[in-house]
Amino acid sequence: MAKKLLMGNEAIALGAIRAGVRVVTGYPGTPSSEVLETVAKNNSGGQIYVEWSVNEKAALEVAAGAAYSGARALVTMKQVGLNVASDPLMSLNYVGVKGGLVLVVADDPGPISSQTEQDTRRFAGFAKLALFDPSSPEEAYEMAAYAFAHSERYGRPVILRPTTRVCHSCASVEISPEIARRTPPGFEKSSRWTIFPKLVYENHQKIEDELVRARVEFSNMSHNFYTGGNAAGKKGIAAGGVSYAYVRENLKEDECKLLKISTVPFPDALALKFLDGLEEVLVAEELDPVIEDELVRLCGVNGISAKILGKRTGHMPRAGENTPEIVANAVSAFLGNAKTVSPDGAPEPPRLPVRPPVLCAGCPHRASFHAVKEAVKGTPAVFSGDIGCYTLGNAQPLDMVDTCLCMGAGVTVAQGLQRMAPEVLHFAFIGDSTFFHSGITGIVNAVYNQTDIIVAVLDNSTTAMTGSQPHPGTGVTMMGGQSEKISIEKVVRALGVSEVYKADPLDQKAAKEAVRGAAAQKGVRVLLFESPCIALLRGKEKPKYKINPEKCTGCTLCVKKLGCPAVSMESRKAYITPGLCAGCGLCAGVCPAKAILSEGGGQNV
Amino acid sequence: MFNCMIAGVGGQGTVLASKLIAAAAMSRGFNARTAETIGMAQRGGSVVSHVRVGAEIFSPVIPLGGADLLIAFEPAEGVRQLKYLSKGGLMVVCENAVKPASGALGGNTYDAGEMLAYLRASVSNLITANGAELAGENIKTLNVALLGIAAGSGKFPFEAGAFEEALQQMINPRFLEMNIKAFEGGKNRWTIH
Repeated sequence: MAKKLLMGNEAIALGAIRAGVRVVTGYPGTPSSEVLETVAKNNSGGQIYVEWSVNEKAALEVAAGAAYSGARALVTMKQVGLNVASDPLMSLNYVGVKGGLVLVVADDPGPISSQTEQDTRRFAGFAKLALFDPSSPEEAYEMAAYAFAHSERYGRPVILRPTTRVCHSCASVEISPEIARRTPPGFEKSSRWTIFPKLVYENHQKIEDELVRARVEFSNMSHNFYTGGNAAGKKGIAAGGVSYAYVRENLKEDECKLLKISTVPFPDALALKFLDGLEEVLVAEELDPVIEDELVRLCGVNGISAKILGKRTGHMPRAGENTPEIVANAVSAFLGNAKTVSPDGAPEPPRLPVRPPVLCAGCPHRASFHAVKEAVKGTPAVFSGDIGCYTLGNAQPLDMVDTCLCMGAGVTVAQGLQRMAPEVLHFAFIGDSTFFHSGITGIVNAVYNQTDIIVAVLDNSTTAMTGSQPHPGTGVTMMGGQSEKISIEKVVRALGVSEVYKADPLDQKAAKEAVRGAAAQKGVRVLLFESPCIALLRGKEKPKYKINPEKCTGCTLCVKKLGCPAVSMESRKAYITPGLCAGCGLCAGVCPAKAILSEGGGQNV
Repeated sequence: MFNCMIAGVGGQGTVLASKLIAAAAMSRGFNARTAETIGMAQRGGSVVSHVRVGAEIFSPVIPLGGADLLIAFEPAEGVRQLKYLSKGGLMVVCENAVKPASGALGGNTYDAGEMLAYLRASVSNLITANGAELAGENIKTLNVALLGIAAGSGKFPFEAGAFEEALQQMINPRFLEMNIKAFEGGKNRWTIH
């Protein structure tokens, strides 16, 4: 068998293909996006139906239909995406499935690229689902197939929950032979597919019984185990996810008992064997104290006197990502070993620059924000933001995002703000993919309730932040086809918005005029800023810009107004870094000395 | 176990460099594990790639003071991640600064010379390289050129030829030639010095 270098997300995708997945749906979200993309890349002969759905709720419902028909289906999303999909998920568990249905829900401790540090293991407990928690890409690969088999054995959806360090780490993964593909039997009509209170009660009882059965089964599952059974001490460590790898790295063979937990529900029988003879247990896990609470429960129920140390006792941090150092220090303090990490006597380093994430050089969002900012200068205004690259518009010097909550919330939060301050201009910025995901409902709400807001749609023809995925506005599908592009303008007009202003934000004059036009009206107005993401323009680059040092007065306006990473000051003159400039020309427009020139000749004002 | 960390700024191509190391290592019978920064932080933020090569590797992340090799695509990022370099470890650093976008807004700028002086004072095994000399017009090949220097040092537990094979496999044929040239340039530069 061959070994392949796979990123965790690729491993999950290939694991699902190996298990004969027939339908794959999802909505992009870091750190989960590469799972669906990898399936699409490896979809030889188009045997698997793959789609980016409009949002996570739609994705899960499409997959549910396929699973009702007996097909194996995979749904991918990030942790906050599960909040959107929670409505179908909660009742889908009661209804059940015929073909295996696996939700890949990627958690993001840190967080590195998310708006919460929620723990999907808790969600599985709440929704009464089985969940598999891999600690490496190798395990993720094996668990994908296991998860489908489990889902079919129990007739319930299950969750595979990697974290960022599994999703975005590569490993040498042993590729196993494909599991025989079966043809889905197809949908069979039955009362079981229609949820009714009586059915809910009966199924609730069944689900509770199944969870008890799964606890027993998971005690014998190969990814739940403990090592160091012959260790003499009275101390043990329990770990899950990537924290298990950090513990392993800091533990000598058989130094103490080490319990590895990879499932919800908890493998009680296995953990009881592990606890036997122990006086103290340290728990290493990220996000919520899930393993810790289960051990506390087991000790209480069984009258075991072992102390369980972890997040609740202050032995492990309650928030943020675990690092090898946090785990190493906790393990050595627990075992009474000398600290492994010793601070060296290196001299104090010079002050380091802070590097917050920024909009790319040439990003059309910068132009849109700048146009709005300039056009309404002096008028009181609140700028509600949303989820996407354009959240980065909050940074100085643009400072154009006053709120950001969750997908689609900008349009609706602006309405609440407007009710409390009708004399102020209320802008809601929303990207094209977010518009389709959950922005339309908010616009309907605004039109219906006659709110005074300006919705600025930043249409860059892609889902940029997560790596340029297509969406309904692009019409590109993951099956290689092209469907009718859904026009945002036609959608908002159909919703009853009559004031629609369209402009290319890189044409600042037209863009500012559009903003002024919208600001002068009442009711729901839509500003449509259309210009493609620069990541889509590779290969058809525009001429770059450069500074004429003779003309540059060193006024710094180009730097201070735009915050473009390509423009900086060098020896009191503006300087454009050649490799970074994307040729948008925005800086040329703000230069009062006309010192910024296009290498293609001429000047863009 | 051999640990290599790559430090840079989002967009400099650290992820490809780490994949090339992992692929080269695997082609010589090693196991590899990497950890990357992908997502919001990539947009001009500090990024690191951890690459670990060996028979049995648990953590994808290198512990502090554990890197045998630190390749810094940028001086300040080299200083930022210096805590990962092991005692006696080798550091390869590109001299050219990537200034933070907010730099000119006041206070948040820095002097590459000061960073390099600090590195020279603190790192006994240090190679500095001029990015413009290395990559010339093709700034996008800086990652591969720096990898070439590191490969030329003989620090990796496998020979430089493994990288050439990895380049053949992983680089788009359209850009292969210029990347091979960048790699060889880096490798020879080590040999000359």
